[in-house]
Amino acid sequence: MDAGLALSTVIAAMLGGAIRVTTPFLFVALGEMLTERSGRINLGLEGTLVLGAMTAYAFSYGTGSPWIGVLAAGCFGFLMGTLHATICRLPGVNDIAVGIALMLFGTGVAFFFGKPYIQPTAPRLPSISLGAWTGDPRFEQALQINPLFLIGIALAIFLAWALKNTRMGLVLRVTGDSEAAARALGHPVMLIRLLATAVGGFFAGVGGAFLSLYYPGSWNEGLSSGQGLMAVALVIFARWDPIRCLYAALLFGAAGALGPALQSIGVTQGYYFFNAAPYILTLFLMIGSAGSKKALRDAPGELSLTR
Amino acid sequence: MTDITSPQSASTHGIFDSDWMIRVRRGSEALAIPLAALLVSALLFSIFLLALGKSPAQFFQLVWLGGFGTAFSWSNTLLRAAPVMLTALAVAIPARLGLTMIGGEGALVLGGFTAAAIAIPLIGSGAPLFMHILMFAGALAVGAAWVGLAGALRQFRGVNETISTLLLSYIAIAIMNFFVEGALRDPADPNKPSTKALESAEMIGKLPGIDVHWGLAFAVVACVAVYILMFRTTFGFACKIAGGNARAALAQGLPVGRLVIVATLIAGACAGMAGYFEVAAVHGKANASLATGYGFTGILVAFLARQHPLAIMPVAILFGGIAAAGGIIQRRMGLPDATVLLLQGMTFVVLLASETFYGRLAIFNPKARTERT
Repeated sequence: MDAGLALSTVIAAMLGGAIRVTTPFLFVALGEMLTERSGRINLGLEGTLVLGAMTAYAFSYGTGSPWIGVLAAGCFGFLMGTLHATICRLPGVNDIAVGIALMLFGTGVAFFFGKPYIQPTAPRLPSISLGAWTGDPRFEQALQINPLFLIGIALAIFLAWALKNTRMGLVLRVTGDSEAAARALGHPVMLIRLLATAVGGFFAGVGGAFLSLYYPGSWNEGLSSGQGLMAVALVIFARWDPIRCLYAALLFGAAGALGPALQSIGVTQGYYFFNAAPYILTLFLMIGSAGSKKALRDAPGELSLTR
Repeated sequence: MTDITSPQSASTHGIFDSDWMIRVRRGSEALAIPLAALLVSALLFSIFLLALGKSPAQFFQLVWLGGFGTAFSWSNTLLRAAPVMLTALAVAIPARLGLTMIGGEGALVLGGFTAAAIAIPLIGSGAPLFMHILMFAGALAVGAAWVGLAGALRQFRGVNETISTLLLSYIAIAIMNFFVEGALRDPADPNKPSTKALESAEMIGKLPGIDVHWGLAFAVVACVAVYILMFRTTFGFACKIAGGNARAALAQGLPVGRLVIVATLIAGACAGMAGYFEVAAVHGKANASLATGYGFTGILVAFLARQHPLAIMPVAILFGGIAAAGGIIQRRMGLPDATVLLLQGMTFVVLLASETFYGRLAIFNPKARTERT
């Protein structure tokens, strides 16, 4: 295989991979962004992602409609978020520790009930073909886009607009920046955080639905390996901005697609190393961004993460 | 408003408010609330089993039988409790400094892998003691470096230690897989990819009298040593101060950065030791079965033990027993193997919710009502 062809194959595979891999990152990151903007961190979204993947697959299998699966995943994510917020509102409870517990709990529930769904095949989400104009089958395949990806982009833009321009967005930001100010203004702080965490869980659940119903497109226990957690780190890197969440998710998607892309042209050396690329990238991004003045400036004031 | 000098508070000093009684009350609080949380989660799990049409009585009977009923099940339990004690210490030591570090799994895997890698050229060389000393030192050093790295990143770069330790765990597993399926794979092993196995005569033996390897003794000694270090030395006291208020500790001239580094190094060494014994006494080689979740069980055990090194021992035995009973529960009740994971997750959630009761129950805190205003 000559070098030019190999390179374009890798680029096509990375582009396609990035588009596919990005979506769950994007949904979890947007959900976490929303939660953190209210002044709380939910580390349990990894568990929510796994639970969402399992419920989506189960409901899609049971009803025959993948979209019902997506909705069910969102609803279970909503419940997980509600559970997190309900426990965290008790005085003296640490939100990070509750997140760790919910990570284990969500995974446990998903594995427990997911056993019967490992074998059967559920209907998967359809895709939209956007690559016909390239006339190159590799790029055509890469540009098979799932509607959820487009919904995710629209959601990011909508959230960016809503946070800036709506009353609800303003109230959410006040709650996250200063609980005292929000109380003084008469806003129900705990209710706002409950809603932000629950809706954030909904998004993460939908992200999980993408994993099991589109790419990789089946349910098994190794489906998510830290994507939910990386998305939490990604929010810090994106400095709590929905549009930057989108860019960061694309970057993570490309990093995640590196291993499979190299494999597609026969480079199998260091397969595990390239699979670790997203984790290493996350760690370096955290090292680069966590202590920076910009990150500290943009962080919601009530967030325990950056203290 | 403080009322330290007000006559009421002075006059209420009776036998029940003496220093000794307060210590007893606080101590029983730290015992009663986690026990109540355990009971509540057992109750919730029973309801859950009933909803599935299974018998909770049979479940707990099987936990007893599979975990504690016979000498065989006891050795099975202790075999699992030993690594969990060490990974729980890896959580409890940084917790004393106010750090939530959950990287025990990664340090265990990488420590175990290092031990196995060091052993490769020395297998069958006829110097097992020399080999084991090197393996032990390597596992502890790498485990320490792995968690210490997260500690340094936290201290000097402000990187959130919970996320970084978990990321490092994924990276550790990837590093092990990279070598185990590549350069260090033993071509003679037809089963799953592994490093070259120790000869059975070279493995660490059993403790005298019971059917459990020496790792248990080391784990118990480690728990006691960490207790002495963290509760009975100036180092431990300095850690507690730094964990309570880092700025005040700095103002007192305490070297907070150095405390964080040393504590995280010790924590990582504990988890690395668990990895060493998994390789040297259980598997004889490094492969994917090193990452079986001992690190994650350790997190729960440390929280349930309220980060106390001595309390970690019984709690680790309890969860070792539940894990040991997993197989028999699976076979006799037709429940999936994730049952233990689900029970652990449920217990963890209930336990954290129960944290809200500390300092708020009048029975343990005679003055709680006035203090809370």
